[in-house]
Amino acid sequence: MAEVLVLVDHLDGSVRKTTTELLTIARRLGEPSAVFLGAGLDNALETLGRFGAEKVYVVADAEIDGYLIATKTDALLTVVAQASPSAILITSTSEGKEIAARASIRLGSGIITDASDVDENGIATQSAFAASYIIGSKVTHGTPIITVKPNATAPIENLTTPAVVQVSVEYGALSTSARITDVAPRAKSGRPDLTEAAIVVSGGRGVGGAEGFTVIEALADALGAAVGASRAAADAGWYPHAFQVGQTGKTVSPQLYIANGISGAIQHRAGMQTSKTIVAVNKDSEAPIFELADFGVVGDLFAVVPQLTEEIGKRKG
Amino acid sequence: MKIVVLVKHVPDAAGDRSFAADTTTDRAAVDGRLSELDEYAVEQALQVVEKSGEGEITYLTMGPEAASEALRKALSMGGDAGVHVVDEAIHGSDAIATSLVLAAAISKLEPDLVICGMASTDGTMSVVPAMLSERLGITGLTLAASVAIEGGQVTIRRDSDEASTTITASLPALVSVTDQTGEARYPSFKGIMAAKKKPVETWSLADLGIEPAVVGLGAAWSVVDSIVKRPPRQAGTVIPDGGDGGVQLADFLSSGKFI
Repeated sequence: MAEVLVLVDHLDGSVRKTTTELLTIARRLGEPSAVFLGAGLDNALETLGRFGAEKVYVVADAEIDGYLIATKTDALLTVVAQASPSAILITSTSEGKEIAARASIRLGSGIITDASDVDENGIATQSAFAASYIIGSKVTHGTPIITVKPNATAPIENLTTPAVVQVSVEYGALSTSARITDVAPRAKSGRPDLTEAAIVVSGGRGVGGAEGFTVIEALADALGAAVGASRAAADAGWYPHAFQVGQTGKTVSPQLYIANGISGAIQHRAGMQTSKTIVAVNKDSEAPIFELADFGVVGDLFAVVPQLTEEIGKRKG
Repeated sequence: MKIVVLVKHVPDAAGDRSFAADTTTDRAAVDGRLSELDEYAVEQALQVVEKSGEGEITYLTMGPEAASEALRKALSMGGDAGVHVVDEAIHGSDAIATSLVLAAAISKLEPDLVICGMASTDGTMSVVPAMLSERLGITGLTLAASVAIEGGQVTIRRDSDEASTTITASLPALVSVTDQTGEARYPSFKGIMAAKKKPVETWSLADLGIEPAVVGLGAAWSVVDSIVKRPPRQAGTVIPDGGDGGVQLADFLSSGKFI
């Protein structure tokens, strides 16, 4: 059976859940092999083996993190030349999509981005036009390169002891032409990752200011949820842009999405429409968000949300 | 300095967008417009020229006849000229073929700097800038939240969930910009009038030395297997807050086992 490469998405070896989902999908298509780039392999190996990676290809060179993205493409393609995989799966982050785009040109392979699932025949499911259509499509040329969104499938364990293969890479002049000169890490919130979270609590224009987000955060923490923001709230500087849900921010597909003070413009809907259950709190009964909501409360979020947070505390005992 | 800005004419995202029978975007169903995300690219190009006091901006688009409207809109904001690659054979091109055509046109224009938006609002793949970097063999600095040009160097800030990163490269380079770079200006009446007199050239695939058979729907490296309209969400329960809205919401969440 041919190998299917999964590019590991990790932070210093801490493997993101999306990678375990990709390993699960890879098993439908062939024999899963992980490609681990950067430092921290020791932290990652157990997780990769638990979710069925038969091999782990490793590139730990300083070039991986010292330049913008293209060096990672060099590394991935060196592995591709060695493994001759039947498909390449990459997490659909902005970095993952760029690696996929560069790889598709260099390999002469077709590419599908933002898949919400991939079946055993290699047919990828995508959403189009602000999630109003569901598309099934398939790569017909070269080695299929598919980027897959978080929460695509439930990760299934399949214990293996992966063989670790060190790979040596020659980096191209183009790949080392964009130098990273400064990195300012962001403060960690301690909350789940926005795109992976089972529950997302979001605030919009109705939150009224940065202080208002303490109410949103309190509800999120009561539910163990991630916090999101609409474009209006992010543009106003009330909450960091990294947490923006919508067309120019993150696309989320959680079990539960709670929209507070968000009207539900197409820009926002594009980022959350595929959530399983949607709840909305808004002063304006005409807000389009109520058309999507499984349950909605027309009222002042500063009354409704704290009451809900308190009630959750009581019920959890 | 010569700057090329890529612009795309897309169906308005506020309209009821749909697919044509051949699985391509139905461009007749909804009015077209300059992709909102490309306006940020136009704005950054104008600012580069304004700050340095020199530079020539050419807008490049590919697409059917109506795509020239995107060029006129951009030209009404500022800049010097437009190039429209139009050829029936282009219809249905995937991102791979799109980048092939655009790369050929960019090579012909020989720019020092190429600026693109972060994604189109219709295809939304966000892969063409990186593909162009590969095809042109020039540095690609993608998803810039800010852009500065100085002394033949381009420096961008790129924000991710983990960090805010500063990246520098020498020109020539390609930069894609996000909506964080700053609001685009509105065209003035004077700008709209001036745009009508700015030169727009039309190029065919033959002008670019590209065989029609390598682009278009038939040459795509992926095929659409099915298109299904997502069923509209069932309208749920909406209640006015009579003082216990939070409690009722908690009841709903309990019934869904979220609490």
